Amino acid sequence: MPIANILRAIGRRVVDAVWRIGVAARFFFLTLIYSGSCFRRFHLIIKELFSTGVMSLIIIIVAGLFVGMVLGLQGYETLKRYGSESALGVMVALSLVREMGPVVAALLFASRAGSAMTAEIGLMKATEQISAMEMMAVNPIARIVAPRFWAGVISMPFLAAMFSAVGIFGGYLVGVVQIGVDEGSFWSQMQAAVDFREDIMNGIIKSLVFGVVVTLIALFEGFDAPPTAEGVSGATTRTVVTSSLAILMLDFVLTAIMFRGA
Amino acid sequence: MSLNPLVEIRDLNFTYDKRPVLQGINMTFPRGKLVAIMGLSGCGKTTLLRHIGGALKPTRGYVRIDGQVMHELDQDGLYAMRRKMGMLFQFGALFTDMSVYDNVAFQMREHTDLPEEIIHDLVIMKLHAVGLRGAQHMMPSELSGGMARRVALARTVALDPMLIMYDEPFAGLDPISLTVIGDLIRRLNDALGATSIIVTHDIQESLKIVDYVYFMANGVIVAEGTPDELRASDKDFVRQFVHGEMDGPVPFHYPGVDYRQDLNLRA
Repeated sequence: MPIANILRAIGRRVVDAVWRIGVAARFFFLTLIYSGSCFRRFHLIIKELFSTGVMSLIIIIVAGLFVGMVLGLQGYETLKRYGSESALGVMVALSLVREMGPVVAALLFASRAGSAMTAEIGLMKATEQISAMEMMAVNPIARIVAPRFWAGVISMPFLAAMFSAVGIFGGYLVGVVQIGVDEGSFWSQMQAAVDFREDIMNGIIKSLVFGVVVTLIALFEGFDAPPTAEGVSGATTRTVVTSSLAILMLDFVLTAIMFRGA
Repeated sequence: MSLNPLVEIRDLNFTYDKRPVLQGINMTFPRGKLVAIMGLSGCGKTTLLRHIGGALKPTRGYVRIDGQVMHELDQDGLYAMRRKMGMLFQFGALFTDMSVYDNVAFQMREHTDLPEEIIHDLVIMKLHAVGLRGAQHMMPSELSGGMARRVALARTVALDPMLIMYDEPFAGLDPISLTVIGDLIRRLNDALGATSIIVTHDIQESLKIVDYVYFMANGVIVAEGTPDELRASDKDFVRQFVHGEMDGPVPFHYPGVDYRQDLNLRA
């Protein structure tokens, strides 16, 4: 009965996936419920802000610069055809603030900080550090998960803003300094066309949503990882893959909601 | 063993995935005593310890500690009980992102409002008791296996628990560290007036320090007694275990098909 076996296998996968989503949702609510103590002891969040946010800065700045420079080059080549080179600043800024900044920064955050979170928590589980904490009557969700979650959520908009700012500078270097687009029109058109609420705020909201999703996936995968070397490596891979797909899918949904007809 | 034991286990049964792991376990741990639970790997010792710590719920029976049945406690009750317990994990389970000092101070900072000066003095005293005051600034990655176990022991007794559990405290230690850890377990138990439970298969070291021993095999208790009674026991299982004999009730060969048949030899 090969068809029955195939259906059974599909059914099992669907049930597993639904069950896993349920467990992840419960994990998310527990994280929110137990977040109070980490806000009372804010130094726990600050410590995690350093390892997730500050330590991700280099990769964000370097990537932002190159993405901005590529946008400058490609944008100039395209706009030149229509005689609109002076709109290069607008194109670079809107691309970065609305899309590239939040999305690429979140993808980089997932692969740098997200994978590190998963591996760290998975290894803590494999070496019984989480069990030890529970035996000491310390709730690991309150002590380990919640500070990392909020550090990720707080870091993400700042990293995305940094990515966009450095990217605009990269576009300026290529467009104005190298190619020779007029500097005044580059900045003035950007200033006139970029709207704070429509563009910048929506970009910030996007990066906040990505911060919640990526950090939650990373923490859940680490907490749920089988306590073996293979289990931790598999969880780390899943964090990067699942986060990346979630970012791209959510980006479409959020863009459709925010910029529809704008 | 005692009229008022700290820990009582009665008719404890635990089934995992339809496989019985613990069957009809009855044990008593008197206050102030050091009791060992011994047996081969996979016989259910650690599962039993997890029941005592409240990490697992029994299928039938109960574990009662200081008058309270563990599996009936809610999370707050369980955490309140665990504050009176300490547990040393097999390889220490030190928090790798904290120094030796911060590991020992961890519970004091989490559960008390003591000022940092008093925490400092307490941590130094605990580390002095295990001989590692000089290692307070080191990170867990800089410690040897024996030192890590001693730091974990200092952390375990940080809040002077009434019940201390040890999960394979002698695993992977060199002979000197093994003697040091064994001696510390006995001395700390007596100094704190605590009750200790050691889960181990290191028979020689354990018999030197414990007051009473339970032997487990396949999820049931197969023998019990004082160290002297067990050394003199004529039970096959106990004799094989105590003297480390290769063959006996625990066979050397894992069950399989006939040897000749496996080699494709004709009779």
